[in-house]
Amino acid sequence: MAVAEITKRLSIAESLRQAITEEMRRDPTVFCMGEDIGVPGGWGGAFTVTLGLEEEFADRLLDTPIAELGFFGAGIGAAMMGMRPIVDVQYGDFLFLPMDQIVNNAAKMRYMSGGTVKVPLVMRAPIGATGRGSQHAQSMERYFIGVPGLKVVAVSNAYDAKGILKSAVRDDNPVLIFEHKLLYGSKGARAESGAVDATSEIPDEDYTVPLDKAAVCREGSQVTILSWLLMHHYSMSAAESLANEGIDAEVIDVRSLSPFDYETIGASVRKTGRVVIVEEGPKTGGVSAELAAGIMERFSENMLAPVHRVASPDVPVPFTPVLEDAYRPDPPRILEAVRKIIQH
Amino acid sequence: MTQLATNISIGRLSGYDHDFLLRLYEQMVQIREFEEGVKYLFLQGSMPGTIHQCQGQEATAVGVCSALNEDDFITSTFRGHGHALAKGLSMEEMLNELYGATSGCCKGKGGSMHMGNMSKGMVPAIAIVGGGIPLASGMSLAFKMKKTSQITACFFGDGATSEGAFHEGITLAAIWNLPVVFVCENNLYGASTRVDKVTRLKKLSDHADSFGIRGETVDGNDVIAVYEAARKAVEESRNGDGPVLLELLTYRRTGHSRRDACHYQHTDEKKEWFDRDPIDLFGRALTQLSGIDENQLEGIRDRITQQFEEAVVVAQKEPQPSLDELTTDIFA
Repeated sequence: MAVAEITKRLSIAESLRQAITEEMRRDPTVFCMGEDIGVPGGWGGAFTVTLGLEEEFADRLLDTPIAELGFFGAGIGAAMMGMRPIVDVQYGDFLFLPMDQIVNNAAKMRYMSGGTVKVPLVMRAPIGATGRGSQHAQSMERYFIGVPGLKVVAVSNAYDAKGILKSAVRDDNPVLIFEHKLLYGSKGARAESGAVDATSEIPDEDYTVPLDKAAVCREGSQVTILSWLLMHHYSMSAAESLANEGIDAEVIDVRSLSPFDYETIGASVRKTGRVVIVEEGPKTGGVSAELAAGIMERFSENMLAPVHRVASPDVPVPFTPVLEDAYRPDPPRILEAVRKIIQH
Repeated sequence: MTQLATNISIGRLSGYDHDFLLRLYEQMVQIREFEEGVKYLFLQGSMPGTIHQCQGQEATAVGVCSALNEDDFITSTFRGHGHALAKGLSMEEMLNELYGATSGCCKGKGGSMHMGNMSKGMVPAIAIVGGGIPLASGMSLAFKMKKTSQITACFFGDGATSEGAFHEGITLAAIWNLPVVFVCENNLYGASTRVDKVTRLKKLSDHADSFGIRGETVDGNDVIAVYEAARKAVEESRNGDGPVLLELLTYRRTGHSRRDACHYQHTDEKKEWFDRDPIDLFGRALTQLSGIDENQLEGIRDRITQQFEEAVVVAQKEPQPSLDELTTDIFA
């Protein structure tokens, strides 16, 4: 497909594709490596992000064997030698395979070398429970936020996706970007049922979005709702309902999962004194646990109520839709939590 | 079976100038001296950390690195002191590193298992078994995409051939025809487990067939044999004729780590390999050449010993990092 056909309002899949295209045109050291990403007549990766890019960048879209440990490691090696690779897994769950390379090599290389090595590597991973059972569904952020040397971000809309991917490519450190399967807006045979609209107006000019900043997406005074990816969209929808009940909620897209942007989060917490964190994924040991502890350590004197978490139960992701829907937090559960914390 | 040399005939040295041969000898002596000295300092308790040493394996590091250009790169392992010295790191920067000093090659943040110096063509050694293999393929992918003429020599042990990283990393180099030489130092033991207990292959270079690349098994205690095999492999990979898997048969004269007494190594086996010590083998051949005598070799050994001893005195007094160094060098 030609880039000219893309309209100004883009989906996440399209805006990521545009970001990769523009970065590869700008910098010849940028290249993509992954499974099924550049096969003519293929899919453009599992969710169409690189669809058609092999036409313009035949020698910079490297289709790999099914060897995640191998090609993530190769991405690190290439990055250390001055390239800027973008590697991806088809499903976030597969990150357990290259985890050694990510945690032991990508994240530690700069420190172990006494600051002489750079690893400008971008990693992309789709997550989320989407009717695929337990092994193509997990929320993987939790496993990577406590890894010193690694930046972790999550993109919830097309504008951020493009700007954050560009920042990640230009950053001299390893950056892991989480994306959500229900937010891509993938089309055709790769479309997802249950998808949520995450499209944005994309400006013509080059722009970036910082890797370490949360975004206040809805201002409010009584409670702060912190979430990311799909849960951010559910939180926004819950906030609309809450407004009808007379509850004024501030909604923050956390975006930067490592490090957390405590400046933006703190400003909100000082204002509202109440925090609800919404996370897709089991509650125990989740991102929200770290976030809740970090908030209490920093802002306890501002808190009017203990932090409340809405998360999945501590079970594997189930397949059958009725159980999967019960697994994944949804707007009604967010509403319930906010109503409770407001009464506190 | 691969012929294991009990002597190196001087006919095989005839094509080489004496300076080159003496340099090979000196580099091997330097590694032995360094490792023996470090072992003493460690056992004495003056040196922090743990150590994995390579006494007896000097010919593999020296033979391979002598076939490389200065701007070629190597990857190494937790047993990496020999590779580092052979690639041109100095005893001084390595001793400083072992003592945790800021003047160490990794500012004291790497230590024994992560020796490296980018300006000398060695990325910090990877201490996860097999972990450097995909890295090496990626480094060579960068060289190929940037159209430089550099190659990577990737060192690992026999134990790494069971790791997924070995199979995945070499597969990438094979399908993309990358300029890498994969160097398997088969010292017969993965920690304390003998290699024949964990593979049915008689030769680990037979793995090459499964990747569709060339493999070769060489006597890793014969530095000339290693050098010649490495030179050929380096040339092939640099010319775009694909990666090569070299298996170098060698033997560890010391424990796997720390105070390991090697009770699992059989007496007969030990004797057979100790009799084929790479430095003795090569030294004996050198003294048969006209123009080189034992006094000259002794002079080399004495010079290295003195340099090492002086470097230790300095390293023990080098400044340790200030505590704010704890949180620097996380991000670029």
